Amino acid sequence: MEDLKDIVLQYVIEEYMEDEDDEITFDTPLISGGYVDSFSMVSLLVFLEKKFNIKIPEDRATPEAFDTVHSIVALVQEYIKE
Amino acid sequence: MTHIGSYDERLKHFDWSIAEKELDYQDGQIINIGWYCTDRICEMGKAGKTALFWEGFGGKEKHYTFNDIRLASNTIGQFLRDLGIREEDRVCLFMDRIPELYLSFLGVLKIGAIVQPLFSAFGDESLWVRLENAQTKTIITQRKHVSKVRKILDKMPFLEHIILVDHQSSKPLQDREVAFDLDTADPVEHLEVAPTKAESPSVLHYTSGTTGQPKGVKHVHYSLISQYITARWILDLQEDDIYWCTADPGWVTGTSYGIIGAWSNGVTQCVLDTGFSADAWYRFIDKYKITVWYSAPTAIRSLMKAGEEVVQKHDLSSLRHLASVGEPLNAEAVLWSEKVFGKPFLDTYWQTETGSIMISNYPGMKIKPGSMGKPFPGIEATLLDPKTFVPIRNTGKIGLIAFKPGWPAMMRTYWKNDEMFQEKIKNGWYLAGDRSTIDPDGYYWFIGRDDDVINTGGHLVSPFEVESALLEHEAVGESAVVAKPDPVNMEVVKAFITLKPGYQVTDDLELNIMNFIRKKLSPLAMPQDIEYVDSLPKTRSGKIMRRILHAKEWGEDIGDTSTLEDDE
Repeated sequence: MEDLKDIVLQYVIEEYMEDEDDEITFDTPLISGGYVDSFSMVSLLVFLEKKFNIKIPEDRATPEAFDTVHSIVALVQEYIKE
Repeated sequence: MTHIGSYDERLKHFDWSIAEKELDYQDGQIINIGWYCTDRICEMGKAGKTALFWEGFGGKEKHYTFNDIRLASNTIGQFLRDLGIREEDRVCLFMDRIPELYLSFLGVLKIGAIVQPLFSAFGDESLWVRLENAQTKTIITQRKHVSKVRKILDKMPFLEHIILVDHQSSKPLQDREVAFDLDTADPVEHLEVAPTKAESPSVLHYTSGTTGQPKGVKHVHYSLISQYITARWILDLQEDDIYWCTADPGWVTGTSYGIIGAWSNGVTQCVLDTGFSADAWYRFIDKYKITVWYSAPTAIRSLMKAGEEVVQKHDLSSLRHLASVGEPLNAEAVLWSEKVFGKPFLDTYWQTETGSIMISNYPGMKIKPGSMGKPFPGIEATLLDPKTFVPIRNTGKIGLIAFKPGWPAMMRTYWKNDEMFQEKIKNGWYLAGDRSTIDPDGYYWFIGRDDDVINTGGHLVSPFEVESALLEHEAVGESAVVAKPDPVNMEVVKAFITLKPGYQVTDDLELNIMNFIRKKLSPLAMPQDIEYVDSLPKTRSGKIMRRILHAKEWGEDIGDTSTLEDDE
């Protein structure tokens, strides 16, 4: 669990943070906070699917589900278990 | 009572002088958009009226009266003048939707400089080609975006100043950077507004075409006439309205109707500078009791996707008028909004080059869901035969949407590319680049674009620009970029790619290419689907045939392939 959370957080920091002074946590709102827009969400989805070898259905890949690292991890875990 | 009243009656008696009179403007006089949106409203006795309710991430709020925006735009204008910015110099605004973006827009116009707004999600390559083309003298930006400017600074000897509106004094400023803090700057009570005339350049928006680099669309201060009257008659902005235009001022809707239309009418507007979520949007409408809402089909379809349950959590009864722009509004979205909000979104049609709404549905006019509506009074519109460019007389036939040049907000030219502008004029008509039909009642029905440009979420993306950027990726041999159908964004970018020898398709490669384009150009331009192919269809002369790939994506007939080099 910790590993998974850290992997996602690290990826988000590396790929989407433009201001090096911004600090984000597992609970920082990514979509509603304006860090990740709806178009970029697609690349985040591809990352999760490739990295964890899962397929997240389109109707589950919502802005709400992708809004924090915590909610992303919860979603990913559902499909890793399957 | 709506401002437009009867569309048919307005059509009979329309003249642009109606708007000129309401704005107390006479031919040959000074006309300055920045002054009209601030000083004039204050002189009309509305200095204490709210001009802007702004809300940012984390619940941050700011509130400005018309006198506040008058002073703030004066202050920014004076700061720029003191830096040496002169009339017709280009000043780029590269910011999120923070108050400084809106206030700088007016400040730049007040001193007669040309404002060049750019979408803050643009990557360094997209930024560079637009700044280089405009030979921009100054850019106003934020800490979070300045790294993209620094990355290309060596290539921009023409860029003299980088103004940071949120600089932290603990960090050193770098080459050509200067800090400006609006909150602590001494307000400038009196600014000598530049004596701009009708044809003085005002705004330089960039738009994408099928070929070549993005084009700078040059507008003038006289565009105010169109923007004022269309905001009044189509958006029906009235004295007590609270208005919300969801567009980013990096694009034309965000300036023509997210700044000029509302403020030249002295109307209060709201700005929400956070990412999208249905709950946050409804909460915003509820909180500020928004009455007029101008949004986009992509956003409306995203709201539809979020469902009706979230709507019920908020009181949206303040809404009285809804309108949409950016791409065709499908009939389902019109019917859905009528069911959920009790009123339909009215579709409006226009583009960067037209500067103001050209074809629209109007308050009080019968709505045909899925139709673009009818031409605005004063706009002479038609459909042209694609081969002869002669107006089509019989209804139901597909033609090219065209307008008779001469309306106030029409672009004056493409920046440093008048030849391309002239190519848009055929047989005395301006070609919009879209296809449509007209029904027997005079309503226009959108068919599609007449070129390869991709309309994704209401924003145009040039396939050429994406293909060029893809070729800079180490693994890409050749590429072809087309639109792919998408239920929310109407179209998204799809790339067909051949790999260079030695490279193989791996899990990481797709993501690597996507992120490469996202950072270099913008998230909008990022291919959402990549298909690896052994070869691309080409003509015998070697030109990649995008239309074959496009037709396959859309399940259409691929047409004549007799010139194909590599027919399947």
